[in-house]
Amino acid sequence: MSSDLQDLYQEVVLEHGKRPRNFREVEGANRRADGYNPLCGDQLTVTLRMDGDVIKDVGFVGQGCAISRASASLMTGAVKELSRADAERLFELVHKLVMEGPEGLDMEALGKLAVLSGVNAFPARVKCASLAWHALRAALEGKESSVSTE
Amino acid sequence: MSGAPFDVARVRADFPILHQEVRGRPLVYLDSAATTQKPQAVIDALVRYYTHDNANVHRGVHALSERSTQAYEGARERIREFINARDTKEIIFVRGCTEAINLVAQSFGRSKVGPGDEVLITAMEHHSDIVPWQMLCQQVGATLKMLPVDERGDLRLEQLEANLTERTRLLAVTHVSNALGTVNPVRDIVKRAHAKGVPVLVDGAQALAHFRVDVQDLDCDFYAFSGHKMFGPTGIGVLYGKASVLESMPPWQGGGDMILTVTMEKTVYNRLPYRFEAGTPDISGAIGLAAAMDYLDTVGLDAISAHDQELLEYGTRALEGVPGLRLFSRARERSGVLSFLMEDVHAHDVGTILDREGVAIRAGHHCAQPLLSCFGVAATVRASLAMYNTHEDIDALVRGLHKVREVFA
Ligand SMILES: Cc1ncc(COP(=O)(O)O)c(C=O)c1O
Repeated sequence: MSSDLQDLYQEVVLEHGKRPRNFREVEGANRRADGYNPLCGDQLTVTLRMDGDVIKDVGFVGQGCAISRASASLMTGAVKELSRADAERLFELVHKLVMEGPEGLDMEALGKLAVLSGVNAFPARVKCASLAWHALRAALEGKESSVSTE
Repeated sequence: MSGAPFDVARVRADFPILHQEVRGRPLVYLDSAATTQKPQAVIDALVRYYTHDNANVHRGVHALSERSTQAYEGARERIREFINARDTKEIIFVRGCTEAINLVAQSFGRSKVGPGDEVLITAMEHHSDIVPWQMLCQQVGATLKMLPVDERGDLRLEQLEANLTERTRLLAVTHVSNALGTVNPVRDIVKRAHAKGVPVLVDGAQALAHFRVDVQDLDCDFYAFSGHKMFGPTGIGVLYGKASVLESMPPWQGGGDMILTVTMEKTVYNRLPYRFEAGTPDISGAIGLAAAMDYLDTVGLDAISAHDQELLEYGTRALEGVPGLRLFSRARERSGVLSFLMEDVHAHDVGTILDREGVAIRAGHHCAQPLLSCFGVAATVRASLAMYNTHEDIDALVRGLHKVREVFA
């Protein structure tokens, strides 16, 4: 396998794609948003339970490719117990990571999400990796509407 | 029309783009349903036109304008001949299949479809043969109905008559499904619709690269297609319409060329086909499309059809040998498309891995979301074939699919 494919489909990514964590609707959710990728018809829904400014629980449901499911799964693990501002900052970091690559980024802050660094070599897949994050942001903003990656 | 035997190596030699490496591998182009590649003859026609003849049409008195007008109108005649229309006034140049359908929806539709009327389409249509009708129906208060498909991907034609009511003003149906490759029996469909007094538009976007189309034999009222899906340039397409139907339709877009005289009080519209060609057309595109038709006839459409069918059968057998692969292209009559999914692997992931192997396919909903939802899926992998594809291309696809299995083991 070519090395950039290996970087894209890292063990952790494949594993999360196959068995996503928090693949459920959050009970007692008070925020929700849909993410939609019109390019392929992939669609997922992120639900949140916020306590004040803090994300107490987060889950997602829907269909998508290995990259979008893995990114969503890793996201749910990373943003739990984060404040809205911290979650937004993490979104910015992940966005930079998949758009521009890991150079100059605070990899420690990214934690497990660093496995998404391989996406950068595949411009056609950036939208897959950011789909759940766009939905998360919409949910945090309290928008009930559907967001699209376009 | 040459009687020479079909020689795929010779055909490939005519398509310069195919002879390149992508990502360090020889290009395997299996995305011709999205757009076909162009033979050198088409590229040369464009270069020749811009090098020697370029001028606006129907305007100048000078030599170049005469030449470009002749070439443009010559292309119209070539196209008339190619699809066997009765008259060049039935050949309207548009941007592509999408624009052709929108023209019919807005001109024919707005004048002939009213509140409570119905437009019938099928569950197999491309979005560009759905949305223009939705827009029309919203504008005039009509109802859009859809003829369903069965589990093989064939139209449920036994339900056709029941769906053609006294309120049906038009039936729009695709000749070949871009998502599955199903070839619909449009000649029979037209006959049955006409028996109920319903005119028919045929979306021919996926047909002309694969087999001969004779619009008089089909007897359809409209036939829409794009140049770029039949080895011609992008930006040019054709709406064929029966003269009697076109004559009864109001103009669509206003502008130069579509008028005879304009005063502040009153405009006199031009005759067919110019009435529907407002503004400076894609002159080089029309010339390039005619060159593509010349090329198709040089290779021979019968030979191309035979090659396409043989390749489709070879591809079907090869894909059926891939473990965990579900093939969706199973209609009674098919052309050019192999649509499938691999167990537990999303179409996008298949597409990315194949791309790294130099194999270009399309992954997604193929602008046919209603059809895919009939099969309970949001996306498929689509390998689509053209005359320049070979057994080796199919073999490369299958090797790539084994690679997918490795990655997702
Ligand atoms: C069946 C069908 N109809 C219509 C279209 C639209 O063609 P264009 O985008 O060239 O207007 C396509 C293109 O994919 C198609 O496959």
